[in-house]
Amino acid sequence: MAGGASPDGSGNFDEMTDGAGDVRPAYAAYGQWYEGQEASYLKRKNSEADESFRRTGITFNVYGEDEAEERLIPFDMVPRIITAGEWRRLARGIEQRVRALNAFLYDLYHRQEIVRSGRLPERLLRDNAAWLPNMVGHTPPGGIYTHIVGIDLVRTGPDEWFVLEDNARTPSGVSYMLENRETMMAMFPDLFSQVGVEPVSNYPRRLARSLAACAPPQFDASGGREPTVAVLTPGIYNSAYYEHAFLADQMGAELVEGSDLRVIDGKVQMRTTRGFEPVDVIYRRVDDEYLDPLTFHPDSVLGVPGIMDVYRAGGVTIANAPGTGISDDKAIYSFMPEIVEFYTGEKPLLPNVKTWRCADSDSLAYVLDNLDELVVKEVHGSGGYGMLIGPTATKKEIKAFRAKLEAKPENYIAQPTLSLSTCPIYTRAGLAPRHVDLRPYVLVSPDGVDITPGGLSRVALKPGSLVVNSSQGGGTKDTWVLKD
Amino acid sequence: MLGRTANGLFWMFRYLERAENTARLLEAGLRMALTRDVQSAEEEWRSVISTLGLKSSFEAASDTYDGATVWNFVLRDRANPANVREMMGAVRSNARTARTHISSQVWEAVNENWMKLDNQLSRPISQSALGDVVTRLRRTGMEIHGAMDGTILRDEGHHFARAGTYLERAESTARILDMKYYLLLPSLSYVGSSLDTGQWEQVLRSVAGVSSYSWINHGNIDAPSIVEFLVLDDRFPRSLAFCRNAVRVHLTGLARLHEREGKCSALLAARESDISGHTVDAIFDQGLHEFLIEFMAHNTAIGEAITEDYRFLA
Repeated sequence: MAGGASPDGSGNFDEMTDGAGDVRPAYAAYGQWYEGQEASYLKRKNSEADESFRRTGITFNVYGEDEAEERLIPFDMVPRIITAGEWRRLARGIEQRVRALNAFLYDLYHRQEIVRSGRLPERLLRDNAAWLPNMVGHTPPGGIYTHIVGIDLVRTGPDEWFVLEDNARTPSGVSYMLENRETMMAMFPDLFSQVGVEPVSNYPRRLARSLAACAPPQFDASGGREPTVAVLTPGIYNSAYYEHAFLADQMGAELVEGSDLRVIDGKVQMRTTRGFEPVDVIYRRVDDEYLDPLTFHPDSVLGVPGIMDVYRAGGVTIANAPGTGISDDKAIYSFMPEIVEFYTGEKPLLPNVKTWRCADSDSLAYVLDNLDELVVKEVHGSGGYGMLIGPTATKKEIKAFRAKLEAKPENYIAQPTLSLSTCPIYTRAGLAPRHVDLRPYVLVSPDGVDITPGGLSRVALKPGSLVVNSSQGGGTKDTWVLKD
Repeated sequence: MLGRTANGLFWMFRYLERAENTARLLEAGLRMALTRDVQSAEEEWRSVISTLGLKSSFEAASDTYDGATVWNFVLRDRANPANVREMMGAVRSNARTARTHISSQVWEAVNENWMKLDNQLSRPISQSALGDVVTRLRRTGMEIHGAMDGTILRDEGHHFARAGTYLERAESTARILDMKYYLLLPSLSYVGSSLDTGQWEQVLRSVAGVSSYSWINHGNIDAPSIVEFLVLDDRFPRSLAFCRNAVRVHLTGLARLHEREGKCSALLAARESDISGHTVDAIFDQGLHEFLIEFMAHNTAIGEAITEDYRFLA
């Protein structure tokens, strides 16, 4: 199917329509429904969707010169659809990867067998600010480092899925997964009565249960007491505040800021209207360095002085665990196939995208020779910033990037420009293919690994564009996993 | 509930009430100004600005008290940090802070109306557009209060929100009355000098009380009746007595939930807290202005006590 995989002849794999113009099985029911809709009805629904997102205020903040501006992430009303069989295969691969990530993090902060065995260079830890040497030897509750994980996947063919990135630190976007589904169900109830779609709406309950299952060692469960869970946010000016409030609200947890917390009598306590009350599990949406000024930034006014001492003493669970960010490093990503095999004893079910580490001189030479064909990324970067997309870059941009790369090659990795799969989006002229990726959300607790069917599909809105990041004009789609 | 969240709820509803009362004051001011000669119209706008406590910032920004300058200053001028656009922004940011303790219906009512108002107030408001703005502000209040009444848990959050509403409302009614108190001095009406009916109507209009007053007083207009209505009548939802009783209900509810009485309970037990226990004669004996000043100080003290008792800030 490789050559004729797409209806537009571009050679990209289109998830809805094959090269012959026939609708693939995943989209059969949807395609039939779509054909039956009036153009004017779809047009009206499309503008309603925008209105509905504005009303709910599901925005992210963009910081300009003057003041913070809230923007909507564009929503596309054509769902991205995955069959039950496809999802089962993906879910197995995701679970394997997440188990490996936790085992890897545990090892890094304990005996470092993987370094001793010579499979991972020690400098990758030393060179990374996300590596926390003072967490070595500490075991977080249940031995879990990454409780909430987002694994970014891309697809290039019927059975070809790759992991593009691991987000083990603080993956965001899950509120979009939930709101997108709510919006779709409100807009097209008839569609959901015709097509069986796995639900996602219980994610907040699963998150609450998963966090409550990670009570710290000092937690006293006598009298049937449940651990108190709180979501820690940097505050209303943070770009993901909407999501923090949304999750806290849906979980029935308090939404705290650093200034609400204080360490009293060896416990982390929050200032309530009745005085200070203990918090047992903190789902933090702040970076490590803003947790505790005593440990990280002595001059910082952010964070909770002494919280890390309580954490080390087993008085509070911090999810995800401090120090987890090391595994999001893109140089470490390039070792993930070895990492998965080292800890699970199995071949990775989900492959990595081929990656050149520019720290290796041979790779660097290759990358420098082929800059116009490669995607080059900073190893500590995220959000699509600081990267070069060779095929669409100008000569000037490539020249400037080459200089940066030659100056600090160990700061970069390079990957081939993948022909990412496309999904149709709704446009005034009808359906049009656009590139997509997928971020499934995974919860890890002592009770196991829990993957919500589907996840967040991000979509590039410009024809041909490969950049799906919301900070750079990408949109989102509801993602369906079909019932068997 | 977090102290910071309680603070958010309290101020969300104070600012909402303040924005709505400000709109009503502008509406009454405009109506008054339209029926007067240029000089009295200017006097009217001067009193609107004074009632809002904006005299010095307004006079620093403008030389004349013409209507359009006044309402634009009050509604949207950046030279006035306490403008209505900012108030609505504060309603929304406090609602965001308290997002986990308001329902999504309340949040959406806040957010949707904020978007419309913020857009309306991004451009200068002409005389013909002022009515739309005032109507929008009034409907915003109704939608948010309605969503609140229909969907919110009657727990401490509800009490904080309502305590904010009624403290702010009492403050507003007292200020409006105080600005016109000299018009209501009994000596003037008793000696038969005709009370300026336009003026008292404006006072009643500013508190949305024209028809309620007429219903009770059958068209009789006199100072004692107006004072009786706005201060003592606990049937009228913007009177001082009604607001104080409502604050009492919510603070009693809070004390019961917390099984603890704080400074605010002590303030409510004080004699001056019992507004319904006064008489019009006693108020005029004390002096209406003095009475109102004392009331407002007591009102402020209750607000501060709530902030402290329930750990809003520390």
